[in-house]
Amino acid sequence: MSKLTEARLRVVLYEGSGSETIPVGDRFALMSELLDSGYNVTLVNGKGEVGGSDGAALVVLGRFEGDTPSFAQADGADDGGAGVTFTDIRGKDTAAVLAAVQQVGEVKETVRPGDWKPWFPVIDFDRCTNCMQCLSFCLFDVYAVDKTETITVQNQDKCKTDCPACSRVCPEVAILFPKYTKGPINGDIVRDADIQREAMKVDVSTLLGGNIYAALRDRQRDARKRFSTERDESRALIERRRCLKKLQGDLDIPDEVLMSLPSVGDIEERAARAREKAEKRRARSQTVKDVRPAPSQEDWGI
Amino acid sequence: MTQQPRILYCNCTYAKVVPAETKREVLRRLSESGAAFDCVADLCEMSARRDPGLVEIASAGNVKIAACFPRAVKWLFHAGGAPFPNDGVDVLNMREQDADEIVPLLLNGHPTAEVPVP
Repeated sequence: MSKLTEARLRVVLYEGSGSETIPVGDRFALMSELLDSGYNVTLVNGKGEVGGSDGAALVVLGRFEGDTPSFAQADGADDGGAGVTFTDIRGKDTAAVLAAVQQVGEVKETVRPGDWKPWFPVIDFDRCTNCMQCLSFCLFDVYAVDKTETITVQNQDKCKTDCPACSRVCPEVAILFPKYTKGPINGDIVRDADIQREAMKVDVSTLLGGNIYAALRDRQRDARKRFSTERDESRALIERRRCLKKLQGDLDIPDEVLMSLPSVGDIEERAARAREKAEKRRARSQTVKDVRPAPSQEDWGI
Repeated sequence: MTQQPRILYCNCTYAKVVPAETKREVLRRLSESGAAFDCVADLCEMSARRDPGLVEIASAGNVKIAACFPRAVKWLFHAGGAPFPNDGVDVLNMREQDADEIVPLLLNGHPTAEVPVP
């Protein structure tokens, strides 16, 4: 099961009827600890709207008066089949409560928080023009095209942590990484200066005659030929490293991403797939619907 | 549409881009206010998981969210299958605003809450 589809555990801090109020300092410390450990927490005290059952397994923490309630005793509650566990936290410190919550998670086999840093692109469809440059650029199958031929982020967990390179090649500043440090990639307002900067970007595929992969192959072949003649492989290596370093700096690509690049064969295979998709899309957009009535048998001379 | 605002706090647990002091202060004052509220460890993670909780939040009608840049939050919800309605959702940005500014706006319209003194 993917880490994005595993069931998760939600914590409810209950201070409603049948439960004592938790002292303010303890409440804050407990909420902080649970959140920092990756759990979603809802404070329920009868003083405001909070989220209802959303299918997540629930653990309800409270200083229950009398016996710890069972789910059957919860007034009008509906656990949606996910299961509710009540845990009395009287006399327990924050660490003990956290341990109790983790234990419930293990029993219910919910996802272990923190296994994945949620780093992935988010598309601003107010800006996106569906040009598919991100799809062509990303080598890790993060992007896809949906049924309506619209670009979509399909495999968030395949994105390389801390790599914002696809957002840097987007000509419309339409790709966000909310956890990125700088704007506008982090979701900050897109300013005129950002747009001008993007407009100055060179469309690499245009520059190389429309087929970046073929151009790269040709370049590699020429380089091999040149350096085999010159018998100076170290110069080739130095040149290659210099180019790679520049690209890495320009696009803010982490070292780990370069280390995990797919093989040339993989890249060519996905390039072929991307080309096929783009051609299909182009063909569809050029198809003009013929609204004339279909010819009759008489028209055909039958 | 509910009159009483529903409050959502994002702890941005897996990154260090929201100032820790701002997060801590907003959470502390919310937990002292007496208001009921929802906290999530990380909205990005919920979006990637297409968590059903996002739909519930987006459709609540009167929602105040303490998280990061509004453009990012809007499209995170969209990516999570829970596009924002045209109005009724206010996003407060803990990356740029401080707790003094954010907390009164979160609790504004919440009749049972008291705005804690810093």
